Amino acid sequence: MSADFLYGIEVVINGLMAGVLYALVALGFVLIFKASGIFNYAQGVMALFAALTLVGIMEGQVPFSHLINAIFGTDLHYFGWTVPALLAIAVTVVIMIFFAWAVQKFVFRHLVGQEPIILFMATIGLAFFLEGVGDLMWGSDIRTIGLGLPQGGSLWIEEATASLGGDDFYGFFLDKLDILATAVAAVLVAALVAFSQYTKQGRAMRAVADDHQAALSVGISLDFIWILVWSIAGFVALVAGVLWGVKSGVQFSLSLIALKALPVLMLGGFTSIPGAIVGGLIIGVGEKLFEYLVGPLVGGATENWFAYVLALIFLVFRPQGLFGEKIIERV
Amino acid sequence: MKDTVDSYVTADGRTIGGVMMEMRNITLRFGGVKAISDISFDIREGEIRAIIGPNGAGKSSMLNVISGFYHPQEGEVWFRGAKRPTMKPYQVAQQGIARTFQNIALFEGMTVLDNVMTGRLNKMKVGMFGQAIWKGAAEREEVENREAVERVIDFLEIQAIRKTPVGRLPYGLKKRVELARALAAEPKLLLLDEPMAGMNVEEKEDMSRFILDVNDEFGTTIALIEHDMGVVMDLSDRVVVMDYGRKIGDGTPDEVRNNQDVIDAYLGVSHD
Repeated sequence: MSADFLYGIEVVINGLMAGVLYALVALGFVLIFKASGIFNYAQGVMALFAALTLVGIMEGQVPFSHLINAIFGTDLHYFGWTVPALLAIAVTVVIMIFFAWAVQKFVFRHLVGQEPIILFMATIGLAFFLEGVGDLMWGSDIRTIGLGLPQGGSLWIEEATASLGGDDFYGFFLDKLDILATAVAAVLVAALVAFSQYTKQGRAMRAVADDHQAALSVGISLDFIWILVWSIAGFVALVAGVLWGVKSGVQFSLSLIALKALPVLMLGGFTSIPGAIVGGLIIGVGEKLFEYLVGPLVGGATENWFAYVLALIFLVFRPQGLFGEKIIERV
Repeated sequence: MKDTVDSYVTADGRTIGGVMMEMRNITLRFGGVKAISDISFDIREGEIRAIIGPNGAGKSSMLNVISGFYHPQEGEVWFRGAKRPTMKPYQVAQQGIARTFQNIALFEGMTVLDNVMTGRLNKMKVGMFGQAIWKGAAEREEVENREAVERVIDFLEIQAIRKTPVGRLPYGLKKRVELARALAAEPKLLLLDEPMAGMNVEEKEDMSRFILDVNDEFGTTIALIEHDMGVVMDLSDRVVVMDYGRKIGDGTPDEVRNNQDVIDAYLGVSHD
């Protein structure tokens, strides 16, 4: 096999791995949108907040330390202990569930039956609020997550595949962290799909997504389901935040990465879980391949815009996305 | 509780028990519009109770009050000997009151089987973590409930469409699936909002048969709203007649048929 072809394959593999992460973030959006019709602009900030919280807890940082110091004139910064990763993750999950409850209780419960645009505006407000709370709680420095995850190229894969091509080919270069992230995301995505398909709560979630009135009539509490989906979205945000945070540090730009999920959703449809997965993979592979094949001709950096252009083209021909519900208006 | 007259046996051999549900002086307003004014009636164990009346009489509002979708400004709802506090619809459902809707409210994207399974959600007790682990209790429970659902599906003769997404079904079958979902909950009281609206004669006959069979075999108490007078008179044990939010008649089909107010409401009166 020629080296060019093999490099092409390497690009596709890397694209698939990036795509699984996009799919994961997109799932967070789809779950909430399906169950409540809310497009959650705050999803990205939730990822940032979850990652910040995890780091803060692990390092034993005092939450709201600046505020406390300013009011009481103290000089607190750290408790002086470190928390093991698993325990910190558990505490962060609890905090995200509490956040889900608070969002439902104090915001969306009062907005039931409002126009989608109003719900959307509420999530924008939520995004800025949460960003501010994150800053106030944990400070605004760029943080690194010390989870001890493997990083760097996998020599093993490189050596094992080096013999496939000729002298020009040195084997597939795959980042260990990317491989791990892909595995984690794939497991989580599979678990979410299984949960929504085969469990009682999953069935209730799908029921609420389909018809609120009917769901009420068979005894499903909408409040409970909404808190549940926000909790799951919070958990997804935590995982996405950690995986990306390990890669590029926990910083504000993390919240923008979630916007990459937008083209994924346009492609896959806002209401489809398989759509989010397939859409994520298409975007991941598409942008990497495009960069590899066409990038050099146009001066590179196509990854920044390719996904959005692809989504726009899709919008023209199939506005409901690949798997979205078809919009048929009865006349 | 108020007088519960002893049970009696109907002409066709069914036993009608004491009062199960009682509406006392219900008044429901939407802004300045009175949808229901000061209506009282009761529903007995095991009977088929119809609510009839011209369009806009407040029948559906009354059903929505019973099922907790609307909350009356005045009046009390008594269920099984106790005054019911203000409840959300899902809490009412958990009490054992199932319903269908005038404009069919099914989960269109899900299969018939999944739709009917949602009717059993309240019968499933295993918690979320048990569900997530799935093996053991959760699996056993799923199998049990699945069996119950299959019985309902058999009963209503919808085996052939079990795996079909509901969105693809014709209207008459959707109505039947909705009934199946309500039945799957094994309700004490079944509320049917115009179960035969928009059906042809054959479908109406099928639906009538199912309603009678449900009442007969499971002893389910049924309250239904219907426009088709012929059907109502054949099916029901007792009838409440409403007009402009007021109750104008209450009794057996024969009594109601000969009530002058009812005749006026349906045929109109001359104002000369």
